[in-house]
Amino acid sequence: MHKKPLITAIALAGAVTAGIGQAQAAELTISCGAVGVELTLCQEGVAAWEERTGHSVDIVSTPNSSTERLSLYQQILSANSSDIDVLQVDVVWPGLLANHLLDLSETLGEDATAGHFPAIVENNTVDGRLVAMPWFTDAGVLYYRKDLLEEYGFEPPETWEQLTEIAREIQAGEQAAGDRIWGYVFQGRAYEGLTCNALEWVASYGGGTIVDAEGNLTVNNANAAAALDLAASWIGDITPEGVLNYTEEEARGLFQSGNAVFMRNWPYAWSLAQGEDSEVRDRVGVVKLPHGPEGESAATLGGWNLAVSRYSENPELAADLVAFLTGEAEQKRRAIEGSYNPTLERLYEDEEVLAAVPFFGTLYDTFANAVARPSAATGESYGRVSNAFFDTSHSVLSGEMSATDALAQLEGQLRRLERRWK
Amino acid sequence: MTTTTTTPSAPTRARPYRGTKVRRQRVRAAWTFLTPMLVALALVAGWPLLRTFYFSLTDGTLSALGDASFIGLENYLVYDDGAWYGLLTDPLWWRSVWNTLFFAVVSVSLEVVFGVIVALILNAEFRGRMLVRAAVLIPWAIPTIVSAKMWAWMLNDQFGIINHLLMALGIIDAPIAWTASATYSMWAVIMVDVWKTIPFVALLALAALQMLPKDCYEAAEVDGIHPLRVFFKVTLPLITPALMVAVIFRLLDALRVFDVIYVLTSNASSTMTMSIYARQQLVEFQDVGYGSAASTLLFLIIALATVAYLYLGRNRLQLGGE
Repeated sequence: MHKKPLITAIALAGAVTAGIGQAQAAELTISCGAVGVELTLCQEGVAAWEERTGHSVDIVSTPNSSTERLSLYQQILSANSSDIDVLQVDVVWPGLLANHLLDLSETLGEDATAGHFPAIVENNTVDGRLVAMPWFTDAGVLYYRKDLLEEYGFEPPETWEQLTEIAREIQAGEQAAGDRIWGYVFQGRAYEGLTCNALEWVASYGGGTIVDAEGNLTVNNANAAAALDLAASWIGDITPEGVLNYTEEEARGLFQSGNAVFMRNWPYAWSLAQGEDSEVRDRVGVVKLPHGPEGESAATLGGWNLAVSRYSENPELAADLVAFLTGEAEQKRRAIEGSYNPTLERLYEDEEVLAAVPFFGTLYDTFANAVARPSAATGESYGRVSNAFFDTSHSVLSGEMSATDALAQLEGQLRRLERRWK
Repeated sequence: MTTTTTTPSAPTRARPYRGTKVRRQRVRAAWTFLTPMLVALALVAGWPLLRTFYFSLTDGTLSALGDASFIGLENYLVYDDGAWYGLLTDPLWWRSVWNTLFFAVVSVSLEVVFGVIVALILNAEFRGRMLVRAAVLIPWAIPTIVSAKMWAWMLNDQFGIINHLLMALGIIDAPIAWTASATYSMWAVIMVDVWKTIPFVALLALAALQMLPKDCYEAAEVDGIHPLRVFFKVTLPLITPALMVAVIFRLLDALRVFDVIYVLTSNASSTMTMSIYARQQLVEFQDVGYGSAASTLLFLIIALATVAYLYLGRNRLQLGGE
């Protein structure tokens, strides 16, 4: 009998410490991408915040394909689950997920977004609510092998035709020397990344952006067809057929191991291509993407933001974590170590940043004027529009259909969807 | 089948028997034992099925299921503004139906053929037979997600070992994009599925082979019948019932195939199956109404295929028996 009070005391003490523990150190969960060094950078940033505040944060890794990541988020959020507090969301998602996300201006103040690119802040503001803080921005750029272009006496290409010719010649020359190398790689799998790539071809040919700002279908035009036909002609010629199943990392794998002359990718690939274990270290250049005969170079606007789930049990702490990760110090570190584009304008004049990633200076206009995907005009139907577009592009690339037929069919398909957003 | 022999005498005996006390007790006991299972089935299969069918008649979305309103058969077929819309007019849906049927028929046929061959080998007496039997089961034991990911690497166009081997052997002179090209991707997923499922068919066939009476074979040997003839005239008819079971299991699995294809080729339309189509509508596009319509049709098509198979199978068995 005398044992009982002791047990009660221990249990009480345990309960009390657990209670205190809960009040002092909360547990948050953040989902970070794992493309390239993304996960490492996220872990380091989170660790710094943990040290400052004494709370602990779990990192859940999510699929690399943004299409799959969106599905995962949608499942978790539509179940009103509190499993993830802080979500990394793509620039085209705020409209889709807004109902599930907190208004961050309430906890972080109205001036939380001061100094960030206004276009991104506007993109993240849905019905007057700031649903996500800008974390890094993205725009497609062209990577090329400086050494090879020099050896063959070429300047970086300005038009897609030039790129095709240069790639073909270098590829033929190197293959004759017994080196298995491809001319050009990009993201050709049927997923969101192909929408980004194909939009760049079409827009840089003066073919519009699938759906214009007023929500009208513009995709079925001769310029767009010419752009897709050219892209289809690359497959099997200067581009391996396997590109039809490539995402960012597969393309980078080929380029970074020295097996491609040109690559279209996001800026993150720079720090990895310049890494110590890279086969092409110091032999890589970055320029803006080429353009068609009638258009101007176009880079699809990408980038990721951090948002707080409405179902989070610690919304204020989560917002604080978001503020820390999207703050200047963290963005600068990420720019230098991982070449992730800051969303704070003044960091593009920062000397340390420019020393680490020179093209942040030379391509500033590309980043500031990137072409947005039609997510605003199509609202909740964006997923379907993008899907229809990348499926069409994929069937043109794989040679199943000519671009003219495919675009006519796509127009018919989008006409069916049009009633959903008009 | 067997009823033909009992029918003549059945009416006279069965009628009084049905009314007896013992009979009634037995029927009651049967129902008592069956009820839990029927309730469980109604809960885990019947209810979701009805709910899916109900959703297919609404315009519900995943983010706002509560706001769903009844729209009749519009998800299936609707005439609007001079054109037909809906699932039944979607070329991609019909393509995925065709892909699914093609995948099911080809992969199950190959599995049965190879499964029987493997079973025959395993049935032979040789040293280390137990070891080989265990080893054969490995593909079946690996979770599909893992084996599909593994194959995705082996089939990689630039760094995959399959291309490397084929090129080293001089069979191809340029790497093939197995999972990317529209021509090969369907065959690639069929191959992976066949690789995974042979052990299952082989196991069922092996069990049947070991039950076979030895005297048939001894008689055949005495008569000097060619082994191939023995196989087609004796072995195959005798193991057919077991194979029928294997085929029905595999057919149902193949008709709702999802994981292996999704991992290898994602949403690509050249390998899209009905399940992948339904998932895309439900999850990616959040369209519960339209996605449920696809799921309902998927269910109907599978049910139809199963009934057709059972009907044909029974008829053939009957013919074989008489």
